[in-house]
Formats: sequence, structure tokens, C-alpha cells
Amino acid sequence: MSATGIGAAVRRKEDLRFITGRGQYTDDVIRPRETRAVFVRSPHAHAKIKNIDTSAAKTMPGVIAVLTGAELANDKIGNLICGWMIHSKDGTPMKMAPHPALAVGKVNHQGDAVAVVIAETQAQGRDAAEKVKVDYEPLPAVTDPAQAKSGPQIHDLAPKNTIYEWSLGDAKAVDAAFNSAKHVTKLDIVNNRLVPNAIEPRAALAEYDAGMDQLTLWNTTQNPHVSRLVIAAFVGMAPEHKLRVIAPDVGGGFGSKIFIYPEEVVCLWAARKVGRPVKWTADRSESFVTDAHGRDHVTHAELALDANGKILAMRVKTIANLGAYMSTFSSSVPTYLYATLLSGQYDIPQIYCEVDAVYTNTVPVDAYRGAGRPEATFVVERLVEVAARQMGIEPADLRRRNFVKSFPHQTPVIMAYDAGDYNASLKKALELADVKGFSKRKREAARHGKLRGLGYSTYIEACGIAPSQAVGSLGCGVGLWESAEVRVNPTGSVEVLTGTHAHGQGHETTFSQLVSERLGIPFENVSIVHGDTDKVQFGMGTYGSRSGAVGMSAVVKALDKIEVKAKKVAAHMLEAAEGDIVFKDGKFTVAGTDKSAAWGDVSLNAYIAHKFAGQELEPGLKETSFYDPTNFTFPAGCHICEVEVDGETGKTEIVNWTAVDDFGTVVNPMIVEGQVHGGIAQGIGQALLEGAVYDKDGQLVTGSLMDYCMPHAHDLPSFKVGLTETKAPSNPLGIKGCGEAGAIAAPAAVINAITDAIGSENLIMPATAQTVWAALKNVQPRQAA
Amino acid sequence: MPAVSMTVNGKAVTGDVEARTLLVQFLRENLRLTGTHVGCDTSQCGACVVHIDGIAAKACTTLALQCEGAKIVTIEGLAEPNGPLHPMQEAFREHHGLQCGFCTPGMIMAALDIVRRRGNDLDEHTIREQLDGNICRCTGYHNIVKAIAAGARAMAKGGARQAAE
Repeated sequence: MSATGIGAAVRRKEDLRFITGRGQYTDDVIRPRETRAVFVRSPHAHAKIKNIDTSAAKTMPGVIAVLTGAELANDKIGNLICGWMIHSKDGTPMKMAPHPALAVGKVNHQGDAVAVVIAETQAQGRDAAEKVKVDYEPLPAVTDPAQAKSGPQIHDLAPKNTIYEWSLGDAKAVDAAFNSAKHVTKLDIVNNRLVPNAIEPRAALAEYDAGMDQLTLWNTTQNPHVSRLVIAAFVGMAPEHKLRVIAPDVGGGFGSKIFIYPEEVVCLWAARKVGRPVKWTADRSESFVTDAHGRDHVTHAELALDANGKILAMRVKTIANLGAYMSTFSSSVPTYLYATLLSGQYDIPQIYCEVDAVYTNTVPVDAYRGAGRPEATFVVERLVEVAARQMGIEPADLRRRNFVKSFPHQTPVIMAYDAGDYNASLKKALELADVKGFSKRKREAARHGKLRGLGYSTYIEACGIAPSQAVGSLGCGVGLWESAEVRVNPTGSVEVLTGTHAHGQGHETTFSQLVSERLGIPFENVSIVHGDTDKVQFGMGTYGSRSGAVGMSAVVKALDKIEVKAKKVAAHMLEAAEGDIVFKDGKFTVAGTDKSAAWGDVSLNAYIAHKFAGQELEPGLKETSFYDPTNFTFPAGCHICEVEVDGETGKTEIVNWTAVDDFGTVVNPMIVEGQVHGGIAQGIGQALLEGAVYDKDGQLVTGSLMDYCMPHAHDLPSFKVGLTETKAPSNPLGIKGCGEAGAIAAPAAVINAITDAIGSENLIMPATAQTVWAALKNVQPRQAA
Repeated sequence: MPAVSMTVNGKAVTGDVEARTLLVQFLRENLRLTGTHVGCDTSQCGACVVHIDGIAAKACTTLALQCEGAKIVTIEGLAEPNGPLHPMQEAFREHHGLQCGFCTPGMIMAALDIVRRRGNDLDEHTIREQLDGNICRCTGYHNIVKAIAAGARAMAKGGARQAAE
């Protein structure tokens, strides 16, 4: 391993600009004559719009325009769409309701945009927005997914607010297995609604060049090309070649910046209308009511086991809240990213899952770090833990008895696990967490009046979200391959253009490590270009922990082609047969001789083209690859959480956290550990602190960082992180992906630990002090509003 | 519009601002110092932390006019453009104390204030408690805590200034 190659903890290239305040986030981009957009948003969760009077607002100082949904419709700007088709059990397609960028006739959630003010300054825009008079007729609202089917109908085309009623698996076979079971564990589970809260609020800056008839959008997006495709092909803003989308530095995404939102559509439209650049940057309060939320499932789950603790079958019924409109990939999250993972790390012969997706008068729900897989893991790992406790089997042992041990393994829910060693990660985690010493620590804690508990989560996830044919067969509207272009300069330095996008993951570093190792050139001589549709031809962006497994694999394939071409150039230079050229450590050598050419000389010769005729070999050294993997990847591991609960107050402290993960090949262990830490923090946040709360009228009670409890440094412990490794067979690097693991594994580990400590399974997330105290005293916790 | 004068990163600056203009808007929009960020509207996230007369403050909750005659240091003022990094900046890079980088300027400015108040020998508990005014969504704080402890130690060793004057 070289100092900057694969496996090295190289310090990040991107850090210099961030630690010196020189990052360029969307709001930092300033265009000449730019204006500010301020949205007028519905204060009601559900209401008819009887009239919008913009006349007073239009006379306010600094106002350039006040625009409404009627004008948007007049200009034939199309609706936002959901790009993954799901069919119900009866074969009918999902009920996708119209989602205009500015509401027309009716608002369906608090925060739904009804008008926009374009003004010289943000302050003037805000003043004017207050003068827009909207006459609402409030309607009854529904926010709880369990009540959605009997609530007021939100969209004409969706009776009972039902988007689809979908199922996966063989219901009859599952029923038969349950009938023969010696033990059945049943759980009712609420997977709490979360607000992603990337610290950079979403922003959009749109500019129209009338001379070129060209639109440019700077946007906080994880996938600029998909954004351009949707805004061009579905919204109809401009032809694809007349729209450039730039995702500059992006301050965290966690899924919430995958989607195509109303605000960027409105900024583009308004920029062309007013003939000046239009910028919008969300306030945090605006983020809370417009960024797609995550999770929000209500589930009943059952596990059937034989007398020896061998799992026979699983039955799951989930109601998934998709909010007021179907966000870009929302339909896939509670179906193909959820039910397909219900087998966990276990050999389960039969699984049946039903998912009803419903509309409610809440912010749309879509993928948030883990997306479906945290919800699945929570179901599986709670069921297994509770079953073990009920049957008097040690929880780690029950897991071991049921682990998948041979590969490939076909689950009953589509996925074919290709590689893993679940015993290995469990074993290592047991050692790192010193589980042997737990009972002693528990006794010690009891002497101080504290209840100690230990909780496991042996999770699995499916990442990469490809091959394209497979996701296409499941309803996905796009292919999920990735592209790479490798440009070698005449001086031998290299630019790699990737269709993935980094918003904290450090691609500029890890992708450079790959190129440095493969070409034997200094790490500093490589730059990574991403996030601009004018530079990178096409790409699918970053989510689903796919950038390493799919994106770097595309780079490998392009580098393969570079080597082939460079060898041809070297053969001409060295007057040898192409087949005799060996490339190693940045040097081309004629096999069996001391004749060689350095990387830089070959690069230069590729461009000056003095040693070969253009008819036999094209000058230049640049190659492209579009790489589509052969399978999903299956990262897996074991997280162990140890808590101490104060029996008097219910306050929980996480005293130890151990994570042992199998991510396949690790390119940069420092970055991978950082990804694990961040994921665990979000998972602990879900388990202990975070939860979006709506009141009965549909007001988001937790609408600011004062009311929604984000994890702070003092809420979290330091983490013990270890790795095991089985290579992913579905891509040339053996990478599985690491970005979501912590968020997937953590909630179940925390809740398993607290329930172990307090001796009651009746505990909902977030397990606040009040909730835990109520569970301890066996009283109903007070519900919010 | 009233005029305001202050010293920012060692340079005297003046500007005409509305009375309601926040310090962070003055820095970002008038001076185009965009290293100071806005992550919330309720003073929770700390992405906007700068030093006002040597003390950390949230620039999103400070009016520009309140800073008449004050000495302001932002993240851009910690190191000379081509000079060495401040030890705290270096520690964040060395310990991978940042991912997306958005909270980082506020974290570093807050970290320097922790050192000012609590000294160079900081234990994990102290750092975690003292970071109450800053939120990071990426790192889980694990490496930020390590970075601040290391940065604080490095500042003692090098006798580094806490912030550029």
C-alpha cells in the first residue's frame, strides 16, 4: 500500500478550503444584478385558496414581481413528479397527485408555497410577502398515517388517501409457517418521522442568459444531472441542452438534497420572467416545512420460530406516510428499499410484507439516510431481540443460530446476498464491547442506582442501488449506473470527471487515491471534477452509499481503457510490440529489456503525436466509462449499544458504543470511520432525541431547532469502530459502501439496550427521559398536543 | 441608511446598512466574506460564530450596528492567505473534524473561544459540554472533539495567538 493509495488514511484535499472559509456553497455564489425570492407559504395544513391578492405587495419598495401558481400554469410549467412506479396488489398503478411548484386552488400542507415575491433584497422581499393577502378556507386535516384512510380526502384521484397497497412475498406460505410455529413474537412499531436538517439550508440561484437562451441553476443538490433531466423533461422548463445545473460545495444532504423541489423550479421560471438572476436560500424554519422528511411508518410485525429458536417466517404490515405530495423517489423507500431487507442477516424461509402508502397533510416524506433500510432493520432487530428474551435464549446466540452462513443466498424478498461473514463481525463486536464484562458493569451500575442495558443490532443493507436492469424491473424510472471520464493532460496530470457528487464524503480525496495508486502518479497530480452538467456529461449522483461501489468502479473501467491506449503510445515510442509493454508503478517497460518510458513522457507523446501516424492511432489520452454493477452490494455488521438509565428520571446515557462493519474494500479508513460516526449519531438521534410532531390541525410543532432536538456533542459518546472484510463480488474494487450503515444499525441497538435495562418492551422512539420514565412506571406517556 | 465602521480581520471597514442588518449579512453580503455561514434562524447551530472583541458571538443574532468600533475576526482572519494555518485549523484537518465543511468555520471559532475560557488542556467531557452552541450533522462530533483537544494542545506548544488581531 502506498502512502496515498487504496487503504491509506490520506488527509482530505477538500479540507483546506473549508477550514479557511473559502468553500463555495450555493448561497456564497453571487451573480451581478441578482434578486431574492421570498415565498409566501400556507399557514394551514389543508385549505382551499379562495383568492390571492398581490396588489399591495407589488407596490412595496424593492419589489420586482409577485408571482402565483396561476401564472406558473399559464406559462405551461409542469408539475413535479415521482420517478419510481409502484403497482398495488391488484395491479393498479400508484396514485400520483399533481404537484405544482406553486399551489393552485388548494394547499395540502403547512409550508406549501402559494406565491413568490422577487425583490431587490431579502428584507424587502419579506416585507412584501407579508402584504400578499391569501384568502383561505381551512379544511380538516389528517397527519397520522394510521388515520389517513378515514381522514379528509386530500387529492381527488386518491380515495381514502391511498397511494398504493403493495405486497411482497407468499402470504399463504407464511400463514402455513406461522401455523406450525412453536413460538410467535408480535410487535407494534412506530418508526418516528425525522427532519434531515443538513446544516446548510437548501438554496437555489437561477440565471437566464437571453443572448444564448440558456438557463443556469446553482443548487444544493446531490444529483445535478437527474435534477436537470427532471426539470427539462417533466417540468418542461427548458430543453436539457439549454439548462445547466451546478452543484457547488454542498453542506450535507443525507438524502434530503436528492429530490427536485418547487423552489428551484420557481427560481428558474422567475429568472427568465424578470430577466435577472433569482436567488433563494431557505431559513431553517422554511427547511422544516419544505425539506422532505424521513421514516414515518406504523407497523405490526410478527416472527414465527420453532422450539430451537430457528426462525420460520416473518409477517409485516406497514402503513407508510408519504406526506402531501409524492416526492421524487418516495414510492421506492417503503417498498423496494424496505421490504427487500426484512430478511436481515438471517436465513428466513418465508416472508410476507404488505405496505400501504398514504397521503397526509404533512411535508412530503422521501429517502433520508438509510431510506427504508433503517425501518426494516428496526423491525427485524427488535423482533429477533424480543423473541430471544421471550424464549430465554441469549440474544447473540439466537442471532447466530439464524445467520446466513453460505453465499450466494437467495432471500424470499428479492435480494441475493453475495458475500458476507456475519459471525465474524458479531464475534469481533462482542470482544471490542467487552460483553463478557457486562454483568459486572451492570451490578456496579445498580449500586449507583442506575439500570444498565445492552442492545445488539446485526444489520444488513443493500447499497449501490444497481444494476439498472434490476431496478428498472422494479419500477425505477432511471438507470443507476455511473459514469467516469479520465482526462490525461500532456504533462501527465489527470482530471477525473465523475457523475457522483460529494457533499461531505470526500470524493476528491478517495477518487484521487484510486487514480494515484493505479497510475503510479502523485496524489497531488489528480483532480476530481463533479457537480456541473456542463463539465460532466451525465451521472446519477450520490445516495444509497453508491459512490464508491458504482462511481469508483466506473473510474476503474475508464483507467483500464487509459492503460490500453497509453500502452499503444508507449509501444510506438519504445519501438516495441504493444503486447510486450508492461505498465507498473507509473512506468511503461518493454518486457525483458531495460527500455522504458515514464508516465509523463507517454502522456506528452499521446498529445504531440510525433511517434505515430494519426491514421493508425488517434492522438490524445482521454477515456470514458459507464459502469453498471452486477448486483446490489450488501454491507453488514454488528453494533452494540450499552446504556445506563436513571431509574428516577428515565434519562438515558449511552456509555459504550461498538460498531464492527463489513464494507468490503476500504479506500480511506479515516473517511470510512467518519461516515460511521455520523451515521451512528443520526441513528442515536432517531432513537433518543428526534421526532417531528404534528398537532391535530397539522401544524408542525417541532418546527425549529429550538423544538426539534438535534444531537449535540454532549448527547453522544465516542465510538469504538472496527472492521471486518469480505469483498463485494459485484464490482471490480470489492467496495460495499459505508455512508448509511450507522443510521441503519443504531436505532435498534439503542432501543434494545434501553428495553434490556428497564425490563419492558413497551417503548417508543424517541426514547426521551419522559418516555423511558413512563415505560418504567408502566404509565401512558403524555402525547404531544 | 446609517453608516457603521468596524475592524474586520485587521482591516478597517465601513458600510451603509439598514438598522435591521445582521452582522452576518454585513460580513457575507457587504464584505463578501462568505466563510461565516447561516444554518438556522434561532441561534442554535453556531455556523455563524465569529469573534467580537476577542469573544465568540453568533453573527446571526448580532446587529451590524451593535459592532460599531468593534474588532471582528472571522474564519478568513485566522491565517494569512499564503501563511501557515492556525493550529486549530490544522487540527481539524489532521483529525478529520469536518465532512461537508458547512459548520466548520463556526466550530473552529467556537473551539478557540473554549480554549480562551478553559485553557489548553481540555478533556472530552469539557469539550462536549462547551460545544452546546454548535451543531454538526455529519461527523457525530467524535472527530471534532479529538480535533479541538489536539488543537488546544498545539496552541499551547506553539504559543500561538488565539486569533488574528
